[in-house]
Amino acid sequence: MTDTVDTDDKTRRDFLLLSTMAVGAVGSGLAAWPFIDVMNPAADTLALSTTEVDLAPIEEGMSITVVWRGKPVFIRHRTTAEIKEAGAVPLDDLIDPEADKGRAQKPQWLIIVGICTHLGCIPLGQKSNDPKGEFGGWFCPCHGSHYDTSGRIRKGPAPKNLVVPAYQYLTDTTIRIG
Amino acid sequence: MSNRFYENPVIKWIEYRLPIFHFIDESVGSGYPTPKNLNYWWNFGSLAGIVLVIMIASGIVLAMNYTPHVDYAFESVERIMRDVNYGWLIRYIHMNGGSMFFIVIYIHIFRGLYYGSFKEPRELLWILGVLILLTMMATAFMGYVLPWGQQSFWAATVITNLFSAIPVIGEAIVTWLWGGFTVGNPTLNRFFAFHYLLPFVLIGLVFVHLWALHVHKSNNPVGIDIKGPQDTIPFHPYYTMKDLFGLGVFMVFFMFFVFFAPNIFGEPDNYIKANPLVTPAHIVPEWYFLPSYAILRAVPEIGFISAKLGGVIAMFGSTLILMLLPWLDRSPVRSARFRPIYKQFFWVFVVDCIILGWVGANTPDAVFHGVPFLWIGRVATVYYFAHFLVLIPLINILEKPKPLPDSISASVTEDGGATEAAE
Amino acid sequence: MMIKRFPLSVPALALAGLLAFASGPALAAAGAKPEARDWSFHGMFGTYDRGALQRGFQIYREVCAACHSMSLVAYRNLAGIGLSEDQIKAVAAEYEVTDGPNEEGEMYSRPAKPSDRFVAPFANDNAARASNNGALPPDLSLMAKARKGGPDYLYALLTGYKEESPEGVTLMEGMQYNVYFTGNQIAMAPPLADDAVEYQDGTKPTLAQLAQDVTTFLNWAAEPELEERKRMGIKVLLFLIVLTAMMYALKRQVWRDQH
Repeated sequence: MTDTVDTDDKTRRDFLLLSTMAVGAVGSGLAAWPFIDVMNPAADTLALSTTEVDLAPIEEGMSITVVWRGKPVFIRHRTTAEIKEAGAVPLDDLIDPEADKGRAQKPQWLIIVGICTHLGCIPLGQKSNDPKGEFGGWFCPCHGSHYDTSGRIRKGPAPKNLVVPAYQYLTDTTIRIG
Repeated sequence: MSNRFYENPVIKWIEYRLPIFHFIDESVGSGYPTPKNLNYWWNFGSLAGIVLVIMIASGIVLAMNYTPHVDYAFESVERIMRDVNYGWLIRYIHMNGGSMFFIVIYIHIFRGLYYGSFKEPRELLWILGVLILLTMMATAFMGYVLPWGQQSFWAATVITNLFSAIPVIGEAIVTWLWGGFTVGNPTLNRFFAFHYLLPFVLIGLVFVHLWALHVHKSNNPVGIDIKGPQDTIPFHPYYTMKDLFGLGVFMVFFMFFVFFAPNIFGEPDNYIKANPLVTPAHIVPEWYFLPSYAILRAVPEIGFISAKLGGVIAMFGSTLILMLLPWLDRSPVRSARFRPIYKQFFWVFVVDCIILGWVGANTPDAVFHGVPFLWIGRVATVYYFAHFLVLIPLINILEKPKPLPDSISASVTEDGGATEAAE
Repeated sequence: MMIKRFPLSVPALALAGLLAFASGPALAAAGAKPEARDWSFHGMFGTYDRGALQRGFQIYREVCAACHSMSLVAYRNLAGIGLSEDQIKAVAAEYEVTDGPNEEGEMYSRPAKPSDRFVAPFANDNAARASNNGALPPDLSLMAKARKGGPDYLYALLTGYKEESPEGVTLMEGMQYNVYFTGNQIAMAPPLADDAVEYQDGTKPTLAQLAQDVTTFLNWAAEPELEERKRMGIKVLLFLIVLTAMMYALKRQVWRDQH
């Protein structure tokens, strides 16, 4: 008789203990979340995570640099010759094979992150009097990487083409990067 | 902990090299014998430890988003409130946590006063507690400066100026504290550094406080020593469970303020950015400093001691005098349960402290039913010190304590839960 | 018992009476205590009235913003009062911000973007003072938190102007009489009056309605997290109460053999 009461009591106590521990563990987990999420980008940082650019004032053959998430983004209004040159290169000749068509939504506008894929320097080639390298695109002065008019690596130590960021055309001449 | 636990090979391996599980067990586990008659007033010690952890956790996260510069501090706090994920929650936890910390600590101190926890052999435990209180006060004061609002700036100015009361070298000390000729950027920077450092000093002090506690174990509501195993129960699960339940009740109280009245302990002026050219009409410290503030302002010029110096001495003295208490109160009986006269004066002392707080919240020239607060403050200040220096020694002589129970277990079985219910 | 322990001497009482008399007139100069009002955002389940917020924002833009900055609020935050992304862009584009320097090293002007903070009416505090007879119109971002009485005070102040100052009170040059302002003399001219703005939603723009709406907006500007805070608070408290009840039951179980 006493035995059954004791066992019943023990079962009830174990159940209470386990359920309290479970609820407490869930609570601790939920309480921890704000302390983790606080280290994610804040609302003001996120508000700057997209950049809108008006392309209209950029004349053919000109380049501009805009800042997106603290990084330089190169926007070049390519000439017909440059587009033709970029499209004519056989993929087999490339270090990081990628067709020019896949790198520009509209062929006259090339939009790339201006950070050399080797060790993070900013390549030259934006200003008219800058060296543009052997392939008429960009040239990284740090370790001598040459990029072509599609921003693809052609010569030098860099392993990858210059990165194309996510962007979309809001109108014919404005884009939103990010 | 059970023997089965210690037979686990991983536990065995660790335990042989670092007997941490035995250490934990003997500190807060089943291996720590605790008086079996502790009431809910004994919850506040562990509660204070948990609040310290909450303060450090929320504080570190705030520090990641705070800029200790006079031009950016205020804006960076508002960025925390507006843009940082859950920043408002964490700042309100930290802000109200400060008030909660003092509520818990003050109850903890008054519990010690009532039950004579400061008496032999726990004098050092008590003195370490007073050091913890002083460190907390310094931490709280410097933390209040960081948001760089109007109250922050003027509290920093007024409190640091107190040190100019020290004869001869006072001015030099104040300049040294400021790192300039007014409270300014260097001051804010060093206060931030100290505000980040002192909580870790607190952890060290708490550790030594607990070490001293574990030597002679907790005092208890009847105030007599543990005579044998029949007087104790293991800390775990009895007091771990009781502390957890107390923690739950406390968190409901704490979170109510965080979510529904987060600014109730604060001053509206601190949402105005610091302006060194305009003093707010009414500078008041945070509520937990109000009794000290009342004592500071109560002291008049006495002989060659200026009112300023006298006030500073009285203010610091009002906390430091607690350290002398074990030698001022020579009554061999610890618990006020068996001290009929001391018990009454204990409650008068509590009321006196509340009156001091009320006086501190009012301007000295304000009047209550025809009595200026300045005079209420003076009487309450005199009483505060008289309680320690005159009344307690007198009570020791005049009081005839009630007979003590034979043992803790006898006190529990004699009247069952009646004593606890009456308390 | 307390009274007996603190005998107050006759001179002390006499002094007290004297001080009470002396401080009497000084107290009268403090502003009147604002009446407590019933705000939709008060209480544990309080929320902001979206209509009032948008009308209040309209008042802020058309009236307050002529002199007062709101430098802690960004245009993107207006999503909180119920504006869509396009509406926010349109509002922001009405303002010009100085950006730069550009590649030529020149600062330039561009239309504001949602990520910009509200553009201030004056370039700096001194310019603001110079245009306002030496008085600095305070920033309004935190106004609802920065005054005793909060929204009650703001409402009272906005509706507390008197055309004629009471007898015996001489106003200083350029000052207005306000019942609730400290010292009763305020440099701000009465900002609101019946029909001061034209509402789109058909609400009648009486002085009381305008004050109510703009105060709601100002409270939102100071406490944009209020709704999220209260919603989360209810959940947290309910959870804690359940958990505490369970811990109490467990504590009773554990202690049963001791009682």
